[in-house]
Amino acid sequence: MFELSETHQMLRDTCRDFADRELAPVAADLDRNHQYPQAQIKQLAELGLMSVAVDEQWGGSGLDNLAYAIAMEEISRGCASTGVVMSVNNSLYCDPVSKKATDAQKEEFLRPFASGEKLGCFALTEPGNGSDAGAASTTAILDGDEWVINGTKSWITNGYEADATIVFATTDKSLKHRGISAFLVPMPTPGLSLGKKEDKLGIRASSTCNLIFEDCRIPKTNLLGEAGEGFKIAMMTLDGGRIGIAAQALGIAQAAFEAAVAYSQERQAFGGPISNLQAIQFKLADMATKIEGARLLTWRAAQMKDRGVRYTKEAAMAKLVASETATHVAHQAIQVFGGNGYVTEYPVERHYRDARITEIYEGTSEIQRIVIASNVIKELVT
Amino acid sequence: MLKFGVTLTEEQNLIYETAKQFGIDRLKPNAEAWDAEKKFPADVLSQLGELGLMGICIPMKHGGAEADTLSYVLALQALAESCASTAVTVAVCNLTANVLNQFGNEAQKEKWLDPLVQGKLGAGSFCLSEPHCGSDAAALKTTAVEDGDEFVINGSKQWITNGSYAGIHLVFAVTDAEKGARGISCFAVEKDTPGLIIGPEERKMGLRASNTVPLIFENCRVPAANLIGERGGGYGIALANLDGGRIGIAAQCLGIGEAAIQAGVQYACEREVFKKRVADFQASQIAIADSRAELDQAWLLTLKAAVLRDRNGRSSMESSMAKLFASEACNKIVDRMLQLHGGYGYVADFPIERYYRDARVTRIYEGTSEVQRIVIAREVIKAFENH
Repeated sequence: MFELSETHQMLRDTCRDFADRELAPVAADLDRNHQYPQAQIKQLAELGLMSVAVDEQWGGSGLDNLAYAIAMEEISRGCASTGVVMSVNNSLYCDPVSKKATDAQKEEFLRPFASGEKLGCFALTEPGNGSDAGAASTTAILDGDEWVINGTKSWITNGYEADATIVFATTDKSLKHRGISAFLVPMPTPGLSLGKKEDKLGIRASSTCNLIFEDCRIPKTNLLGEAGEGFKIAMMTLDGGRIGIAAQALGIAQAAFEAAVAYSQERQAFGGPISNLQAIQFKLADMATKIEGARLLTWRAAQMKDRGVRYTKEAAMAKLVASETATHVAHQAIQVFGGNGYVTEYPVERHYRDARITEIYEGTSEIQRIVIASNVIKELVT
Repeated sequence: MLKFGVTLTEEQNLIYETAKQFGIDRLKPNAEAWDAEKKFPADVLSQLGELGLMGICIPMKHGGAEADTLSYVLALQALAESCASTAVTVAVCNLTANVLNQFGNEAQKEKWLDPLVQGKLGAGSFCLSEPHCGSDAAALKTTAVEDGDEFVINGSKQWITNGSYAGIHLVFAVTDAEKGARGISCFAVEKDTPGLIIGPEERKMGLRASNTVPLIFENCRVPAANLIGERGGGYGIALANLDGGRIGIAAQCLGIGEAAIQAGVQYACEREVFKKRVADFQASQIAIADSRAELDQAWLLTLKAAVLRDRNGRSSMESSMAKLFASEACNKIVDRMLQLHGGYGYVADFPIERYYRDARVTRIYEGTSEVQRIVIAREVIKAFENH
């Protein structure tokens, strides 16, 4: 992981080239217009990036999770909104479906999603609970050959464009988190409506909305995994999702860093480029070091996932550090730009806004710290 | 072999385990007393020599472990976990051995490298810094003037780790002033050479079981045969070992940080307040999580610098990143872990007080954090211009 294999290197170059040509030039417009990157997502699908680590047998690219992290970073470097759309389809939708679905379910709910023809989303969080997933109040009741789902899911990325969702609902309240199950729901479906599109600080080209289930009926066969296995599936999925968000954050940080380096060479002050000034040099040095450290944490977590060892702590570290690096680097990049950093003619104000969410979704920084600390304490004190 | 999520070879793991066990058996039980008494653990060097840890990257035919830089990191980290003073002592011995191995001729190797690596010569020292110049190595004032088949060295060297206990000193001095940086040469100076005066031991804040002294050279005559490498090649020798030196200090930080986290977590799990363990408060958990995440980052940056150094010969930006990040992280970690101890962290009854003192110098020696940032920024800007 300290030096990439040829395959990974090639993938990185391909994605970087694509991001430079197709994403970076349009990212500002997509952001300004809150416009879903339809054409760009289609191109990502053609490159095999909508399911990097899913088996080729099911339409995926059959690469490993390190490849996924690398691709996510490069795409997000071009456009962070496009990055999160890709991340949700890869980590939160295709990954659990590929691991838990039956072959029959996979034909309907994986193959077209892995190929990128269709788009998936993931409905865990509710208005009243986020990281405390065991407190889910959405219910699913078996009625003959159908499950009847009632409840509201919130902050659902890709909600407006998705062709299916994984939804988590309580099937047996008395069992608390062991009574939560996961379901595959095609979209649109009668009884499932979309809330208003959220007006967000950043990642504006991706859609975020509530999913409202009102007596929404789905076939009995749409249960994903076993009944009561939902919480486990959610936690497993979030571990992988955190690698995706860490990589997205890295891409944002890298973009802001590169913009700051370039600007510092052009901008003149006190008789030379501001890159001659130590105050600026030290910012650049700290940015570069933090990004490299965050990248190594992210790649390590991805490789541990590939090896099949437990990587919950490492994924939490990667997500925590990469997201805080992104907000820090974007903040410092604006500082390098001065007033120009505060206006939309330059990209760093967008990076700053896009970075902010990475400390919140898929578990806030505070949640990551709790996860890390409990693991460290368990390891050191037995 | 997967360690902290990174694949290690059998050999790398063996070196780590060997150093770790040695630390637990021989260093950890004594570290507190050595610190309090400012006692240099001279007898430890010969034992480390037997284990190959005095010349980790030196060929076996000279008595070394013939391992890679990554192994060097693992060994120093493991030693520093038990005693940070011993780790820096060993780091400088290895640095001395590396220079002799890379630039010395066969006769010089036989005379100094083999006994140094085997722990029979005492320590080694690397005499570059002077009272008025540290990282600005091209500004050296110490001179070496050729006189027949001897060089006569005059000047002073500052902050010389192992100075009182070194059997061999590598001394950088100006031989040809008009050539600037290309006029600096490196000499081997044996202990007890007339004209070599060991100054008074520094009274340091931390790393008290390591030895730091000024050296004064007053018409100190060494044979011309003691010139290491080419005349005028001294600056190149110093530069060639900058990366290794920085990686070594980063590794030392990893060990101090690891020991501090263990001490902090253990205390937080034992001590109760408001009817809960200190560890049960989120405030403590945040301190623990941030420390672990920073130390893991430091570990990965250091390993990467080591791997690149072995593969490409140089890893100047990566080594500076590793040293900068690891030393800054280490200092934050000891501070947080001391805070978890409350008042007990401030007294020498708990080891965190020593870790806190030991950590401070890592942001200073082998190039301050400020110098590392200058190096990194230079490389970043260069990479951009070449892009």
